Amino acid sequence: MNAKRVDKIATAVIYLLVGIVILILVALLGFILITGLPHVTWSFLTSPASAFNAGGGIGDQLFNSFYLLFLTLLISFPISLGAGIYLAEYAKKNRVTEAIRITIEVLSSLPSVVVGLFGFLLFVVQFKLGFSIISGAIALTFFNLPLLTRNIENSLNGVSNLQREAGLSLGLSRWKTVTKVVVPAALPGIITGIILSAGRVFGEAAALIFTAGQSAPVLNYANWNPFSGDSPLNIFRPAETLAVHIWKINTEGIMPDASQVSAGASAVLIIAVLVFNLGARWAGNYVYRRITASK
Amino acid sequence: MAKDIITAENVHLYYGQKEALHGISLGFPEKEITALIGPSGSGKSTFIRTLNRMSDLNPEVTVTGAIRLDGEDIYSPKTDTVELRKRVGMVFQQPNPFPFSVYDNVTYGLRLSGIKDKALLDQRVEESLKQAAVWDETKDHLKENALSFSGGQQQRICIARVLAVQPEIILLDEPTSALDPVSSAKVEDSLLAIKDQFTIAVVTHNMQQASRISDQTAFFLDGNLVEFSKTVDMFTHPEKQETSDYLNGKFG
Ligand SMILES: Nc1ncnc2c1ncn2[C@@H]1O[C@H](COP(=O)(O)OP(=O)(O)O)[C@@H](O)[C@H]1O
Ligand SMILES: [Mg+2]
Repeated sequence: MNAKRVDKIATAVIYLLVGIVILILVALLGFILITGLPHVTWSFLTSPASAFNAGGGIGDQLFNSFYLLFLTLLISFPISLGAGIYLAEYAKKNRVTEAIRITIEVLSSLPSVVVGLFGFLLFVVQFKLGFSIISGAIALTFFNLPLLTRNIENSLNGVSNLQREAGLSLGLSRWKTVTKVVVPAALPGIITGIILSAGRVFGEAAALIFTAGQSAPVLNYANWNPFSGDSPLNIFRPAETLAVHIWKINTEGIMPDASQVSAGASAVLIIAVLVFNLGARWAGNYVYRRITASK
Repeated sequence: MAKDIITAENVHLYYGQKEALHGISLGFPEKEITALIGPSGSGKSTFIRTLNRMSDLNPEVTVTGAIRLDGEDIYSPKTDTVELRKRVGMVFQQPNPFPFSVYDNVTYGLRLSGIKDKALLDQRVEESLKQAAVWDETKDHLKENALSFSGGQQQRICIARVLAVQPEIILLDEPTSALDPVSSAKVEDSLLAIKDQFTIAVVTHNMQQASRISDQTAFFLDGNLVEFSKTVDMFTHPEKQETSDYLNGKFG
């Protein structure tokens, strides 16, 4: 066989493989959306779940998913930003830094079930936080930190050294150069990373089953006192998220319309994750245009 | 010749163990243009980056000797490099505007050092862009990203950004080597236009450029300062054989 032929065959194989991947993806999404979307109505999205009767919704679970996501990002973003800045801008190339990097690497490859069990033993049991949003948010933070930190570090590393030299040579201190020149220049990448990680967090179930719990107590959306038991804002209440709800219905759901609820919830979950993924690109570009074109 | 504002005294610089500058002594007369020429690898960039301590950024680097700015050694422990770099600004080989608007680029240094007065900022923007000979091309596009301008315009925006901070000395490391001849000529014009207000040190390996714009020229070779004299003198009758060979294109 001559080189040209090999090249042609290799190209064909690659196209075939790519085609298969796309096909699987489209089939999967199509299946979930086609079976699920018919059940998605406004009342399905807003009414609470029902354990025994047909007609339950996913309102509380949807709220829980977003609230948990918000809290997780609230905790993990500042930590990741600090760690990312340290690693990209200040850490010397030595053993300690290397060890930190490897630790992050290992942490990022921990199965989420393990993270969940760890969260269960430490926060739920040891710290007596119980099955609660805060336990879940901390577990998700562990899950999210390594990837977000790496993303921020990479985004900062992507900013050319010429930019740092420009800042320093203008008489900006090191810290100001980092915060006012390098971080803004890296912002589009950072935003994209946050939103992508939001998608992962939003769809996560395993780490939450043992931490945020599998029950959705009745919530009173008029109660804004975060310390009261039925307030949606209370971070010490158990909170079943959408992904956990899907898992639960499919393992022990006894309502007559379990499969419809599951299909509808899956469709909503998939759409949310897709929106996060597409939104990430858009937001990154938008932020980039905003900073570069000034007020 | 005017009095020297910044003076290097027996400056040695080492990259780790390797000595890259072998004792440079050189003074820059106030409000004149001094060109640093020499073949590539001769230590021009290394030297110019000692003058605002940008060489500190490389942890491998050690510098001995003294560099006096108005008599004070900038390598003394009490020097604040942030203050130093406000007095000694720098323009690089590759235009490196921030990925922000022209206006933000020019005002960045000022705003971060606490100036908020909009009128003053506006005025400084106009003044600096005019001095850098790029006002006409940018005045209707101040809100546009500096990166959307041509390389030559970007480089002049970078010069304006340095001018806005009002340094006393401006260091330029091959500011035109990434530019086409027309843009280079504009950058040269802007240097000539500002030289009565600033002391300028410019690295170039374009000898015509050195002869066009500089008052004195320093010739570097292998980390040594071979010859330093008035540009007209050096280009008409160089004292050293190496200088003459270099100027005649025998190497480099
Ligand atoms: N970061 C560095 N580390 C080690 N050696 C360097 C570094 N930068 C420059 N050098 C060496 O120092 C010498 C002078 O380089 P440079 O100042 O860049 O010359 P020029 O600007 O005249 O071309 C060269 O031999 C070069 O290899
Ligand atoms: Mg150089």
